[in-house]
Amino acid sequence: MNAVYSLRVARSVVVSSVVFGFLAGAVMGHSEQTLLNRPAPQFVRTDVEGTRIDLAQYRGRVVLLNFWATWCAPCRIEMPLFVQWQQQYGPRGLEIIGVSIDDSEAPVRPFVARMRLDYPVVMGNAKLGDLYGGVYGVPVTFLIDRHGIVCARFDGGSSTSRIEAEMLKILAAP
Amino acid sequence: MMKIRRLRSGTCSGILALAVLAAVAPRARAAEPISANRIPQNQLIQPETLHRELEAGRRPLILQVGSRMLFDEAHIPGAEYAGPASRPEGLEVLRHRVAGLPRNRAMVIYCGCCPWEHCPNIGPAWVLLHQMGFTRVRALYIADNFGADWVHQGYGAEGVQ
Repeated sequence: MNAVYSLRVARSVVVSSVVFGFLAGAVMGHSEQTLLNRPAPQFVRTDVEGTRIDLAQYRGRVVLLNFWATWCAPCRIEMPLFVQWQQQYGPRGLEIIGVSIDDSEAPVRPFVARMRLDYPVVMGNAKLGDLYGGVYGVPVTFLIDRHGIVCARFDGGSSTSRIEAEMLKILAAP
Repeated sequence: MMKIRRLRSGTCSGILALAVLAAVAPRARAAEPISANRIPQNQLIQPETLHRELEAGRRPLILQVGSRMLFDEAHIPGAEYAGPASRPEGLEVLRHRVAGLPRNRAMVIYCGCCPWEHCPNIGPAWVLLHQMGFTRVRALYIADNFGADWVHQGYGAEGVQ
């Protein structure tokens, strides 16, 4: 029974990866594609509220991983929408995690409060950026499916409607 | 006599206050958002041009004035970190780094954190260097971000381990 279940899960991972990989390919480029269809690099961090965030614990949920900075204008435009999505799609399995690339945590905490971000925000570093295929500018947003596979990457001030469309497909997948 | 002393004391306090204001005001002004589009076209250098110059062995002082994390992850070989220029403390790092340099020193500043028109760092950095009297400063025009316009073009990058 377990073997059958595992086979089904594996098959659904492959199918969903192929489907979403094809779709996401349009929004990714160059070396970032190396992460596509592959397991999301794991990390464990403490968020700015002091809560332990372990990406492995998000298995079974769809994760929107957003690299951003307090001084980044396109990031600030996206954030109110992310807050709305977390509320709207959270019950369907969406979990948003923010990764700030600010040089220090000092400006991040008040910013999180001011923007009323209702999802965890951790501090990033070069190692985490490297793990995710190189984060050389912000915003950069990844979509990770319920099986922990990276399905899409959006660089720069991408159209949020494109991110949402991809996210809805991934949410609808098993 | 007391009146003169009070007057002198008041004058001294006034002068002191003005001096403090004069010392603080330019820094406060410099920390305000300054659009990258304020940099004149003829002070910009395209990535391809800088790459060619580096290949030809010309080595201007290259300063990354943006995010530390982005610098640590990847930067132009030989570049130094001096930012982030959108913050007063970042501008101080830049000011301190160039303070002793001759004003005709060839320099290239860049950021690449975000699309050019949204970059909060390159404008303040350029204005500061301009105000300090540097005459050969060029700003690297990065249209989208450092990854798309430099790293993925194969121009070469190194990170901080």
